[in-house]
Amino acid sequence: MLFLIIKRIFLGLITLFIVSLITFIGTEVLPGDACTTYLEREAYGAALEACYKRLGLDIPAYERYLSWAYNVIQGDFGYSLSGQMPINEVLGPRIKNSMVLASAAIIIGIPLALILGIITALWRDKLPDITISTITIFAMTIPEFISATLLILIVAIWLQWLPGIVIVPTDVTFFELLPNIILPVIAIAMIMTAHMARMVRSSVIQVMATDYVQMAILKGVPYWQMVFKHVLPNALLPAINVVALTIAWLLGGVVVTEVVFNYPGLGRLVIESISNRDLPTVQALAIILASIYVSINLIADLMTLMLNPRLKSLQIRK
Amino acid sequence: MEISKISEEKQKNLLSKVLEVLKTMASRPSGFIGLSILAFHILLAFLSPYLAPYDYKAIDPSLMLQAPSSEYWFGTDSLGRDVFTRTIMGGRTALTITFFGSIIALLWGGLLGIFCGLVGGKIDDVVMRIVDAFLSIPWILAMLLIVSLLGTSTEVLIPALGFFYGKGIVRVARAATHDVIAKDFIVSARARGHSNFSIIWNEIIPNVRDAILVEGAMRWSWMLLGFSSLSFLGFGVSPPTPDWGLMISNARGLMSFAYWSVIAPIVGLSSLIIGINLTADAFAKALGIDRSTKAPV
Repeated sequence: MLFLIIKRIFLGLITLFIVSLITFIGTEVLPGDACTTYLEREAYGAALEACYKRLGLDIPAYERYLSWAYNVIQGDFGYSLSGQMPINEVLGPRIKNSMVLASAAIIIGIPLALILGIITALWRDKLPDITISTITIFAMTIPEFISATLLILIVAIWLQWLPGIVIVPTDVTFFELLPNIILPVIAIAMIMTAHMARMVRSSVIQVMATDYVQMAILKGVPYWQMVFKHVLPNALLPAINVVALTIAWLLGGVVVTEVVFNYPGLGRLVIESISNRDLPTVQALAIILASIYVSINLIADLMTLMLNPRLKSLQIRK
Repeated sequence: MEISKISEEKQKNLLSKVLEVLKTMASRPSGFIGLSILAFHILLAFLSPYLAPYDYKAIDPSLMLQAPSSEYWFGTDSLGRDVFTRTIMGGRTALTITFFGSIIALLWGGLLGIFCGLVGGKIDDVVMRIVDAFLSIPWILAMLLIVSLLGTSTEVLIPALGFFYGKGIVRVARAATHDVIAKDFIVSARARGHSNFSIIWNEIIPNVRDAILVEGAMRWSWMLLGFSSLSFLGFGVSPPTPDWGLMISNARGLMSFAYWSVIAPIVGLSSLIIGINLTADAFAKALGIDRSTKAPV
């Protein structure tokens, strides 16, 4: 058991190491370096040299990678080019804002997805399933920027219930932020819920078809007792991993949603730093987003390990 | 003589199989709707230049933001361009780029996955680690970086999208290969002394083809989503090319008084993506593959 956990953490760290290599090599191999891309046409003479000095681009690449990686491990991402301030200071409030958005969407999305998934599975091919499944297909296929734009058009412009665009400073307090995040949270939660509900549905349907559930039915176990005692524990376990992968995949969609609502989070920082050609910040963002992805997956794997009785006994037998 | 007969029969089988799959797909209402939407969009992409009533790039300040009328069916946008013309032409670039992108993704992802699944061992471990690492970089960050450094031309976008959406196929192809590799016919092909290449070509590909094709169809819809997101963010198609993502992003600032210029491209893009999705789902079901339990990675 412990060995499995350590192995998973180790694999996650290796993945992050490769990500750091990829981003570093990527920004290195692609034409232009941080200074020439940032300064563009003014990239010559004293300005260029000063920039090289400041970023330490005058030393060999592998040494730069080592010192960069060393600093990153200690939590220091260096200086942003456009803001002329430490990347950590830029990132701090952004991470907080994005966390608020993502956790609100997850808190709404996961229970809702469970309920919808179970309903659709138990009433398979009946009216509730057909209605909900059709809605989920629409919700999960339509791009984030379209659902977000439609939400703004309908709720903010036509009905005028909520502000359509977030106009707050980056370091806003939580309660000032609250009314502003309702629409973005709905936009993100909608897609997330749709994806997860679909997986819960098929997982429950698979378990309903197994021998032990059929046996329980034949034994005369009351329907709801069977659902809660036999079906759900077995159906939700494999769903954990898939849900984690989905949340991680939706990171990309969060970026787009933040841009639509002008939300001051990590996603908008991605666009801003890429538009400003601020490669040090882009590298930092790549590492941070990849770590989020890796840790979500790691947590899901660990949860599956903890909750799965079969894996436990497997380890004892070994 | 014998061999040519067999290969002829094989071809006939392939054609009849394709027809049969299409028939099964269309027999469900969702599959039929999906196929019709997709066919409509593909037809529109080919015919729209001839159908368009106006020039898609003709700017006329005196016609700015006109409401839909009998003359301009979907109204005009902030530069006085006809929204109907731009909407029916708005899918061409996206469809072309993502179609070729998906083919690239299928080819490299499928072949690498099969190779890794067959060879196993150290090479497999290393490649899968790298694929995992690429999977953990959000697609949007990677695509934006590539596009902002190399430009938004078609020659950059197709390989970049093809590369980034192929990494998930590697996993699927590898898993499908693992499923067939222990079967008797592979063992006997090995025993007959066939090379790896011959085993891949003659034994594995026919058996994993369905799984990979289904994955590729799914990728197509995600790639379309990704590409339109890029366009929406201003990193995809460059103006004045008509493109739904770009049209939505240009029109949304004015949608409080000119909703038509944002609704038309939204309907266009949503219907195409839903069409591809329904088709891919029906395709998977027709081939007997359940992919609803998979995460969209």
